[in-house]
Amino acid sequence: MKTKKKWYDYLWIWSILFFTLGFFNILFAWLGMIDFLLPVFLAVFGGNKFFCNKLCGRGQLFQMLGAKYHCSRNKPTPSFIYSKWFRYGFLIFFLAMFANMVYQTYLVAAEAAGLREAIKLLWTFSIPFGWTYTAGSVPDWIAQYSFGFYSLMLTSLLIGLVFMVLYKPRSWCAFCPMGTMTQGICKLRQKIKND
Amino acid sequence: MAVLSKRVISVERENCVACGTCIKECPRNAVSVYKGCYAVVDLQLCVGCGKCAKMCPTGCMETAERGA
Ligand code: SF4
Ligand code: SF4
Ligand code: SF4
Repeated sequence: MKTKKKWYDYLWIWSILFFTLGFFNILFAWLGMIDFLLPVFLAVFGGNKFFCNKLCGRGQLFQMLGAKYHCSRNKPTPSFIYSKWFRYGFLIFFLAMFANMVYQTYLVAAEAAGLREAIKLLWTFSIPFGWTYTAGSVPDWIAQYSFGFYSLMLTSLLIGLVFMVLYKPRSWCAFCPMGTMTQGICKLRQKIKND
Repeated sequence: MAVLSKRVISVERENCVACGTCIKECPRNAVSVYKGCYAVVDLQLCVGCGKCAKMCPTGCMETAERGA
């Protein structure tokens, strides 16, 4: 009784579409905010991980590439990766990087810094990305945030792909900051309820 | 009453990250994630095929003797 595919089983297409759209026009990066806000919204108000469990296109993509298309060695994820300190440590690191990105956006908005038409991979390597943006079409800070957010999404995708190849298809999910955060929220909700 | 399989899956909750990879794998729809906290297996439905365990990114699922 293999269950019938639902509409949301095709959301892996969205995770490819996101990067493609951004490659042509960086402003589409703003759409990625859905993947940021929806999981948190569902966890806070619904007390569930419906996003991870059903909707996340990235998880589906890794599971598909890794299992169906055999792009994964399918070896156990090293145990420290899913230890509490690493997961929460990585979450804090990720949130700090996110905060820094918001700060950079603020600097551009306050005209204390100029717009940089580049994306940064792994918070280190800067790659010119100027073709994706026509200067002046929106306020600079909106564009700056797009470049920043796209960088964050692409960086995490790359880390996820490496882990998919080396370990289990969805090893990324073992320490994905969104996953850690939403599970943390759900556990906290349960704790409050039970106390 | 259907005949139950000899083996079933048990979940080590401490290591479960509630990602739901197992939900997508299970051909019997036996797994769910309890309130976003950890995976639970419906032992009436589970046939112990181990598909979920094979895909679980944290290795927190194991096949075990039913009732053990
Ligand atoms: S843990 Fe991250 S990548 Fe995995 S399903 Fe959840 S949000 Fe998606
Ligand atoms: S795949 Fe593993 S870690 Fe993910 S929800 Fe299922 S049992 Fe938990
Ligand atoms: S062992 Fe098979 S039937 Fe049981 S929960 Fe896992 S995938 Fe489903």
